[in-house]
Amino acid sequence: MTTSAYLIRRLAQAVAVILIVTVVVFCLLHALPGGPARGILGAQATAQQIEAFNREQGLDQPLPVQYWRYLTRMFQGDLGTSYVFTSPVSQLIAERLPKTLLLTVLQAVIGILVAIPMGMWQAMRRNRPVDYVLTGASLFAYAAPVFFLGLVLIVVFNQTLVWFPSQAPRGTTVAQILQDPAGLVLPVMTGAVAMVAVFSRYMRSSMLENLTEDYVRTARAGGASRRQTVVRHVFRNSLTPVVAMLGYYVPVLFGGALVVEQLFNYPGMGLLFWNAAQSSDYPLLLGCVLVISVATVIGSLGADLLQAAIDPRVKAGRS
Amino acid sequence: MTVPVVPADPAVRPSSRGPSPVRLFLRNRLAVVGLVVVALAVLFCFLGPLLHPTDQLQTALDRANLPPSAGYPLGTDAVGHDQLGRLMYGGRTSLLVGLAAGVLATVVGMLWGSVAGYAGGWVDAVMMRVVDAGIAIPALFILLVVSAIWKPDTTGLVLILGLVSWLVPARLVRAETLSLKNRDYLLTLRAIGGGHTRAITRHILPNSISTIVVAATFQIADAILLVAYVSYLGLGLQPPATDWGAMLSAGLTAAYSGRWWLILPPGFAVILVVFAINAIGDGLRDVFDVKGH
Repeated sequence: MTTSAYLIRRLAQAVAVILIVTVVVFCLLHALPGGPARGILGAQATAQQIEAFNREQGLDQPLPVQYWRYLTRMFQGDLGTSYVFTSPVSQLIAERLPKTLLLTVLQAVIGILVAIPMGMWQAMRRNRPVDYVLTGASLFAYAAPVFFLGLVLIVVFNQTLVWFPSQAPRGTTVAQILQDPAGLVLPVMTGAVAMVAVFSRYMRSSMLENLTEDYVRTARAGGASRRQTVVRHVFRNSLTPVVAMLGYYVPVLFGGALVVEQLFNYPGMGLLFWNAAQSSDYPLLLGCVLVISVATVIGSLGADLLQAAIDPRVKAGRS
Repeated sequence: MTVPVVPADPAVRPSSRGPSPVRLFLRNRLAVVGLVVVALAVLFCFLGPLLHPTDQLQTALDRANLPPSAGYPLGTDAVGHDQLGRLMYGGRTSLLVGLAAGVLATVVGMLWGSVAGYAGGWVDAVMMRVVDAGIAIPALFILLVVSAIWKPDTTGLVLILGLVSWLVPARLVRAETLSLKNRDYLLTLRAIGGGHTRAITRHILPNSISTIVVAATFQIADAILLVAYVSYLGLGLQPPATDWGAMLSAGLTAAYSGRWWLILPPGFAVILVVFAINAIGDGLRDVFDVKGH
């Protein structure tokens, strides 16, 4: 398969997946007690009001017709109205999403910057004490719920050592958040620890795989030192698949953000979602689900394309 | 020249088959540790209350938030429950819900994946795009939405968890089915008029059993973690029912007041059990030589 054919095929799949996600979200909206009318009239609306509204808005029409209308509205950026805030869901998300992106990008960058050298070090010292200790630590962190990691960090760095605040910075914009970097330390660290646990494992096994490749022996036979071979060839070849894994990690980052924002009271989309779940604010919940799902699809699309670019076998082998 | 026919001795395995599965599993030390940890956790949660009986239904505010002592080895929580007893009581829910949800997810995924892979063509394409879409909706988020809508009890929680986590097993079993369905014996079966149901239930699934068992193990570990997340976020089981995640839902208050005994035991319980089950999964994967996850 040529690169462009693969690209088109993969894009078409992504679009199909997003459409199915909208069907799921649409079905959930209609499965709600009261249906989508409550989303607009509010939780206090009477049955008569809902019935009148349904007739007026065409909600008594066949479901496929309604789905089509829902889809066209969605493409115009209309995700419905929040029960609690009585403002458009899209506006609420647009305000919180950049702050969540700030948090997750910081977590990802710091996590990767620690995980890469750590995984390399482990691979170079395979089956030595340092490898065992770090492997044990990352398997441990991998099994830990993110909220527990956050609680432990609060106990250690806020309650015992009193180094960093346990409350995330407040503010409506990213700029306001950045004015209080100390408040960002623990929320970012929590997500970063979880990330290091996963990505140091990837890096370690990616390095080990590459170290056994023929090109390593060739380079060594050609007189390159072990250090030169690792720096020039193995490192680069091991790094790319690990970076591509970041794309598949998008849903985990958002899930982590949900818990971290709830724990540290960080005003992002995760906290918005959690509050919406507490107050049964369904239009807001489903709007968030849609946005996060699209981000997930884009993430895995990016990762697939990156992997296909590195490794032509991926293109050929896809079913 | 006559060649003496030696009847094959069923007790002697051909050497090419290598060591027995049990020995292969036991060779993985971490997996053995995992097995021991899970056994201890089960004993602790289900037989522990016989040695350390506590009342986990009645609250008793006069003995709330006591630090560990001889009477309360792990102290008491904010409403006066003995924390050690609560760890056992909550652990039952965590383990049972995790086990049931993990098995349910695997069974649903197994059926979906084998049908999709066996049918092939557009049926497969549609069924697998549904799986892709399901994977695109992060499990934690859809789980919270569905829990917020239906406010589940224990059975409901198992069903919802199963509903959101059958996707990965479906993918794995489909891949396995694709590699099996054009084997000669299945083509023969079809040629002599064997039904599709028979092909799937008698041949494809039994031959995918190693993939299924390994997937189920990891699913159970994931389900225990997911239950912990949902309960921690306040959308899991409601009091007096509890589980290790729900025990941490007031963790922040406990952290601020220095009550470590309310945070560390349930947290480490989750970590130990999930770690142990993952280790068992790794061990089983080595035994069966299964790829994936």
